[in-house]
Amino acid sequence: MTELDFARSQMAMSLGFHIVFAALGIGMPVLMAIAEGLYLRTSEPIYLDLCKRWARGTAILFAVGAVSGTVLSFELGLLWPGFMKEAGPIIGMPFSLEGFAFFTEAIFIGVYLYGWKRLSPLLHWLSGVVVAMSGILSGVFVVAANAWMNAPTGFKWVDGKFTDIDPIAAMLNQASLHEVLHMTLAALVATGFAVAAIHAFLLLRNRESRFHSRALGMSLAVACLTIPLQLISGDHSSRVVGRLQPAKLAAMEAHYRTHAGAPLLIGGIPDDETRTTNYALSIPRGLSLLLAHDPNASVSGLEEIPQADWPNVRIVHGAFDIMVAAGMAMLAAAGWVGWRWWRKCPLAESPWLLRVLVAAGPLGFVAIEAGWVVTEVGRQPWVIYGVMRTATAVTPMPWLVLPFVIFSLLYVFLGFIVWYLLQRQFLETENSPGSI
Amino acid sequence: MLELTIAICIVGSLILYAIMGGADFGGGMWDLLAFGPRAARQRQSIADAIGPIWEANHVWLILVVVLLFTGFPMGFVGMMTALNIPISVMVIGIVLRGSAFIFRKYDSQSDAVQRRWGSVFGMASFGTPFLQGVILGALATGRIRLRNGQLVSGFFDGWLTWFSLSCGVFALGLFSFLAATYLTVDTKNEPDLQEDFRLRALWSGIALAPIAAVVFLVSKAGAPEMYHGLTHWWAPMLMAWTSLLAISALWALWRRRFGLARIAAIGQVTLILVGWSLAQYPHLIVPDVTVSNACAPEITLRLLVLALGAGAIVLLPSLAFLFHLFKGKASH
Repeated sequence: MTELDFARSQMAMSLGFHIVFAALGIGMPVLMAIAEGLYLRTSEPIYLDLCKRWARGTAILFAVGAVSGTVLSFELGLLWPGFMKEAGPIIGMPFSLEGFAFFTEAIFIGVYLYGWKRLSPLLHWLSGVVVAMSGILSGVFVVAANAWMNAPTGFKWVDGKFTDIDPIAAMLNQASLHEVLHMTLAALVATGFAVAAIHAFLLLRNRESRFHSRALGMSLAVACLTIPLQLISGDHSSRVVGRLQPAKLAAMEAHYRTHAGAPLLIGGIPDDETRTTNYALSIPRGLSLLLAHDPNASVSGLEEIPQADWPNVRIVHGAFDIMVAAGMAMLAAAGWVGWRWWRKCPLAESPWLLRVLVAAGPLGFVAIEAGWVVTEVGRQPWVIYGVMRTATAVTPMPWLVLPFVIFSLLYVFLGFIVWYLLQRQFLETENSPGSI
Repeated sequence: MLELTIAICIVGSLILYAIMGGADFGGGMWDLLAFGPRAARQRQSIADAIGPIWEANHVWLILVVVLLFTGFPMGFVGMMTALNIPISVMVIGIVLRGSAFIFRKYDSQSDAVQRRWGSVFGMASFGTPFLQGVILGALATGRIRLRNGQLVSGFFDGWLTWFSLSCGVFALGLFSFLAATYLTVDTKNEPDLQEDFRLRALWSGIALAPIAAVVFLVSKAGAPEMYHGLTHWWAPMLMAWTSLLAISALWALWRRRFGLARIAAIGQVTLILVGWSLAQYPHLIVPDVTVSNACAPEITLRLLVLALGAGAIVLLPSLAFLFHLFKGKASH
């Protein structure tokens, strides 16, 4: 592996780690605010217990998310100085706004977690609402900065120099809206299914627990309402990507040759040499239908683009299929949940549904990780699409294998500890809910 | 003027980071150094004091980083390249400290487990601010050289000097003094603990004087620009005020006027960093990178000032609320 590969691996690993906590940092406060809001309305102590139990998990997740986010803000410079010296002034705007949104979130999470006895119930709930809103907002700004790398605007590129920069135009680039929507919904979907899985698991042990069935209902409400929206947003995203980054879309679909009535390829092994995808399940005219809503539409393939500008087709196509498959599986689970809800059958009475929900628990995060691989690997070899190669952005620092190995070990270690502690919070204290 | 405004905001954020986040590091140091019959209670009072606020305090550092790469991209890139090694290690320290603190709170309360997380928390609370001092010191040494935005000095230049290392030690002294002083106020309902922290504040405050003298003496050869900067007309006045505040803080601690001691200590830290920035001005990295040659285009700076203003409207009342809730009169 080259220095560039190590730098990319370290960045990918750091983002892949942080994104789990960032998504939970968006989703968990929403769940907590809903639970506490229900408590204020109904005065049922079960909601307060639930909220406090979720808060204990959130405290751990938020802290790890905050420190791993700090790592990323430094890594931008430690690994990619060539990128930051040009991009800093252009996309510093959303980063600064994210800074303030995150600051607000950090302040009010302190107020929320430690302020149970110091605030009136209404003020306490409101501080939770502020945490949820500022969490969503900070995600929005950070994703807008990433979107700029996919759809760079707000500058002129003259003789290898950035001139006439316009940070507002950069922030409102054409990829911002679809990326922001897709990521925010993803955070809610993933959190909803993950939390639902925990409570479904505990319900399988103790079918009578009202505590867990309420918790299951609430988390599923968030998950099942957002997953259909996520599908629509995904459909919208793929069409925007097709317009802005044809190479990325073609790689996602493993679509090498331009032709009319293009089939949709599921799975398979793309081969750049022969420009074909072997062993794939092919749905005739599927791609044309999906992208242009016309079975005979022509879809341009990778062959239109110089091969030096292709991303790694195998990785991008594989990751895309994993993301879509995970999304479809969650949609099916949500359909089952919705059907039982429609028939007014209690969810907890179907052990098979509970088992399916336990199995669906990680799928939201699988989809998030795969989706980030699609958007990041799919942008390669560019760091700023069409403008700057990733290879020219990397630090001159040698021995990048060292920080890569050290940070990887550190994150594996943190991951294990967080897993263990969350288990402690949810399993061992099952019968002693919510004491802070 | 715009770039100067941003530079002042960066220094301001750095000062607030030192006053708030620095004291959290100091708390971690006293956690590791806790001894005697009240060690467990000392640790508990430290955890109670920093628990609600450390996440927010920590964001000042993120703000410094973001302002730096938006407003002074060349300065940011220069620092992150030349000081890649100490900054990477410092970042690991930040991760370990934050996670160990929260893991300790939510893991088994048995002694062995608590001690294990406590020692990670404590050691990272020493290592991280030491490296922050080293990094800040390295920027003033003049050993980091850039030409046309490219680093021409080595990856070990600047930070492995006596001056930078002495700055690291100074940061440790300063933050431990700050933390112990704050803790005397936080423990006002527990007189025995208050007395423990009073003694710690006095000792670390007194130790600060010789460390500061060493930093100053070493700067003559180790950071000549800085040393030269401290001969300006304003320097004697600033140093006199800093010393006066330092002595007031110690006097107030001696007379058990803890609220006053806290204010004097905050003033002391503020003036030290103000003096530091003035002595280094206009350089971000001595001698090649300055406020004017490293700054972003005007439109970015203008928007950044607007964003800072808008952000402050949200941030300052929120922060005031947080500190009122957990550190104000209402909290006791």
